[in-house]
Amino acid sequence: MSMLVLFTLVSTVSAKEWKKIRVGVEGAYPPFSSVQADGTLVGFDIDIAKAICAEIGATCTLVPQDWDGIIPALLARKYDCIIASMSITEERKKKVAFSKKYYNTPAKFARKKGSGIAISKSGMKGKVVAVQRATTHDNFITAEFGDSVTIKRYGTQDEAYLDAVAGRVDLLLADSIAMDDGFLKTDKGSGWEFVGPNYTDPKYFGEGAGIAMRKGDKKLHQLMNNAIDAIRANGTYKRINDKYFNIDIYGN
Amino acid sequence: MMDYEVIFSNIPLYFEGLWVTIQLVLMALVLGFFLALPIALLATSKNILLRVPPKSYIYFFRGTPLLVQMFMIYHGMGQFEAIRESVIWIVFKEAYWCALIAFALNTAGYTAEILRGTIEQTPFGEIEAARACGMSKTTLYRRIILPGTFRRALPAYGNEVIFMLHGSAVAGVITIVDLFGAAKIVNSRYFVPFESFITAGFFYLCVTFIIVGLFKKLEFRWYAHLHPRTI
Repeated sequence: MSMLVLFTLVSTVSAKEWKKIRVGVEGAYPPFSSVQADGTLVGFDIDIAKAICAEIGATCTLVPQDWDGIIPALLARKYDCIIASMSITEERKKKVAFSKKYYNTPAKFARKKGSGIAISKSGMKGKVVAVQRATTHDNFITAEFGDSVTIKRYGTQDEAYLDAVAGRVDLLLADSIAMDDGFLKTDKGSGWEFVGPNYTDPKYFGEGAGIAMRKGDKKLHQLMNNAIDAIRANGTYKRINDKYFNIDIYGN
Repeated sequence: MMDYEVIFSNIPLYFEGLWVTIQLVLMALVLGFFLALPIALLATSKNILLRVPPKSYIYFFRGTPLLVQMFMIYHGMGQFEAIRESVIWIVFKEAYWCALIAFALNTAGYTAEILRGTIEQTPFGEIEAARACGMSKTTLYRRIILPGTFRRALPAYGNEVIFMLHGSAVAGVITIVDLFGAAKIVNSRYFVPFESFITAGFFYLCVTFIIVGLFKKLEFRWYAHLHPRTI
């Protein structure tokens, strides 16, 4: 009897039709996702999420969630997938499954104009570097420059920008596209500039940003990969891409 | 399901955080206490003009959340160019000092209110007796009112010390790696919210246990005259 109950339970779970999908998003990472004054979510991640849902033919609910708790909340079934510029890394793969990448852009440092800080261990000695906590950028700076700089870790990228403007930090390390559009090209970021090389080392930065799902949801995984291929092929991706960026951020 | 491996390998981070928490709380309590004493004395004054400013201070700091006070000092001060360009920015630039200032001002408000209450509870007979002995006002405060005040304030102040310890967790929100900040780093790096926060909770519990023990000892000493005597 109990075997039978268990069997029915398992079969209903695996046969789940994805007509409704709840998508975890961040909302503090312009231009990928941010909250407008009236409370609506906008950005590249948000548009991609909507396009993918339309492709799958599901109704989607967007659930904003702070970065710190974004994976635990997925595992706690508060939503079914995360579309929030999450880099595909080995550490995260231990907990969640990833779709194929939906974009890949390099990381880069920014400094205050006129500060003359050089990107090297000696040039950055004693400087304060701001990163978003537990991102690929955090892992990179901790491993590569952790012994020569002071690292300040923020819950959101927006808070890091706030302290950069206030003069509490000397350098920012973040995704180059996100930082360019979300900070450097804005009024408050006008006093800052890029410095140093593009960082793409897969050891730290993974293969790009993917959609994270629970490991058991194999069907959803398949649907997501197909949907990414489909919007790449049918021009939807390009339309969204061109709305925000003047280069193709999908990468190679 | 539980993954305590990452907790054990990150224990040094927790101890670093614990040390920051202890520094912040201890310094805030000392500064706050010395700020609270004059505020409490003024708040018990008979002169309304002297009474209003300290009472407003108490009202403000007890009436707003510690997190709001800390954000006003940390983010709020950073907003003004005049402050960013002045000498005092050396202090406000550092999250550590911003947190300390917020904690000290906050605990001063609560401590002043505790002391105000216990000053006003001084039995009139004691004051009368002191006056009959010809004590000056200063001597009266030094020998009679303040010792009794501190003794009566002890249990309530013990609570305030524990609240300050627990309240200090808000420091983890403004990039300070205190005990809570350490737990947040471990959580977000390894995605183990339960294990990382219960570990921080355990540390807070241990410190609270020590504080409770210390106050019990102090109470035992200061209330020695009330113990039943064996003949």
